[in-house]
Amino acid sequence: MTATAVETAALVRAGERSAVDALEQSLAVIAAREPELHAFNLVLADEARAAAAAIDTRVAAGEDPGVLAGVPIALKDNMCTRGIPTTCSSRILDGWRPPYDATVVRLLADAGAVMVGKTNLDEFAMGSSTENSAFGPTRNPHDPARVPGGSSGGSAAAVASGMVPVSLGSDTGGSIRQPAALCGVVGVKPTYGLVSRYGLVAFASSLDQIGPFAATVADAALVLEAISGHDPADSTSIPEAAPDLLSRLDDGVSGLRVAVISELMAEGIAPDVAARVRAAADALAAAGATVEEVSIPAIAHGIGAYYILAPAEASSNLSRYDGVRFGLRVDAPTTPEMYDLTRTAGFGDEVKRRIMLGTFALSAGYYDAYYGTAQRVRTLIRGEFDAAYERFDLLLSPTSPTTAFPIGEKTDDPMTMYLNDVCTIPTNLAGHPAISVPYGVGDDGMPIGVQVLAPSLGEVTMFRAAAVLEATLLEATS
Amino acid sequence: MPEPQEVHPYSVDEEWERTVAHVANLARLKLSQEELTHYAGQLADILDHAQAMAGLDLTGVEPTTHPYPLRNVMREDVVGALSDRDEVLAAAPATEAGMFRVPPVIGLTT
Repeated sequence: MTATAVETAALVRAGERSAVDALEQSLAVIAAREPELHAFNLVLADEARAAAAAIDTRVAAGEDPGVLAGVPIALKDNMCTRGIPTTCSSRILDGWRPPYDATVVRLLADAGAVMVGKTNLDEFAMGSSTENSAFGPTRNPHDPARVPGGSSGGSAAAVASGMVPVSLGSDTGGSIRQPAALCGVVGVKPTYGLVSRYGLVAFASSLDQIGPFAATVADAALVLEAISGHDPADSTSIPEAAPDLLSRLDDGVSGLRVAVISELMAEGIAPDVAARVRAAADALAAAGATVEEVSIPAIAHGIGAYYILAPAEASSNLSRYDGVRFGLRVDAPTTPEMYDLTRTAGFGDEVKRRIMLGTFALSAGYYDAYYGTAQRVRTLIRGEFDAAYERFDLLLSPTSPTTAFPIGEKTDDPMTMYLNDVCTIPTNLAGHPAISVPYGVGDDGMPIGVQVLAPSLGEVTMFRAAAVLEATLLEATS
Repeated sequence: MPEPQEVHPYSVDEEWERTVAHVANLARLKLSQEELTHYAGQLADILDHAQAMAGLDLTGVEPTTHPYPLRNVMREDVVGALSDRDEVLAAAPATEAGMFRVPPVIGLTT
């Protein structure tokens, strides 16, 4: 069993375990499992060894390297790392080395974490299975014939296989929570604006948010505290300071008002998944929360709105990949032809599909009917959530409608793949936080995640409920 | 390009394929006829799913462009650290005299 981040940081700060030792354990698991799972696009063994040795030197000199001292961490390969390739699992960023670090990269280094590598993803974070990577799929550690979920599948698989105790992903429509559920780990999508997006390669800017994966709720809290807080470099960063999660983690749920979202327990949700959500609701009730049901009818339109809004933003964001300033260039006699050839060769199938979908939704004659309508539906969804949060502190739902599906099963039918996101998309549209907590297994023995949703900046309460679920599951299985 | 008066389900016909070809051109993507047919069918499927929104009464509902009402976020007007020019240019496919170099863009006959 891999040591938790909380344990490792405490031991390293106390001088009782070396950061180098923690790293070598991580690298050993990577060496053993990576050939089968392909969680990483790049393992930075030499850089990580140097960083870990520097942590140990500081501890020996009586310094405190920070709250994540010596904790090995993996980053989704859409976060910029200065001088280190950042690919977004796309050929169009072939050879690119960013000239700056993402804010989260700097914050992790400042907290003493040791970055061990960059993890695989669906190209530009567009996908729900990590099969849309230009470098091949990542496999689920619980069954390598199945997907790990996506788009942050590499970061989820890296934690689930014990390669690292914690990792970062990004969540635009569920890309942290869904792979966390399918791989049996904790995954958090924070309140929009809580974590800086500076240096996160943009997919859909009004929806994207960075968050942690971890094997335990406490580790997820530790990492989220370290990466949260206002950043002047991100104009969408909210002014609030980082939340105090760990000190409140054991406060319990007594007196909290919780509701299960009825629309996300109906048709399309596998019975074994729904059963685990009901078990989680029972556990929270037994721990002193009141549990009811709530209806949020507008979320039936979540997928429809999302698959207009996110591609529209993506079509604009991805216009920057034109072969001029970075990454791939396919040479041609003229610049317009160079644009065409570069983008056609550099983008994969799903990215092209979404760019065209978004370009269509924003084009003359269709803008109001699609983009304008979807933006208004977003308002409806947000309003219904706000009304629900006047009556309840937290909401509960499945994270994913099914357990992990076989690799290749849904790659020919984009619409079927998009339906995986039904439970996670509404949170992104509303800008709210949500966490996926492992809560048992399905009929096929694969992990099931339960999603706890909270209103804006409701992370403290959300983590308290997640901690209760984690504790009740441990009791039930021990 | 057609200018529809209202949202309607898209059938995969020649007119729709012409629309998708136009969109691909706007997005600077080149598609073979086979790819055009492939994407035209898939995009029609996805847009059909979005049709359900057209049945909602959205009278008086304001659009949401962003989860938070942050406006006019300004920083102090002071010189700060920027990326190093040589480092930025080093990432480019072609440079010359401290600038990005591209194939001809002016004086093209096509």
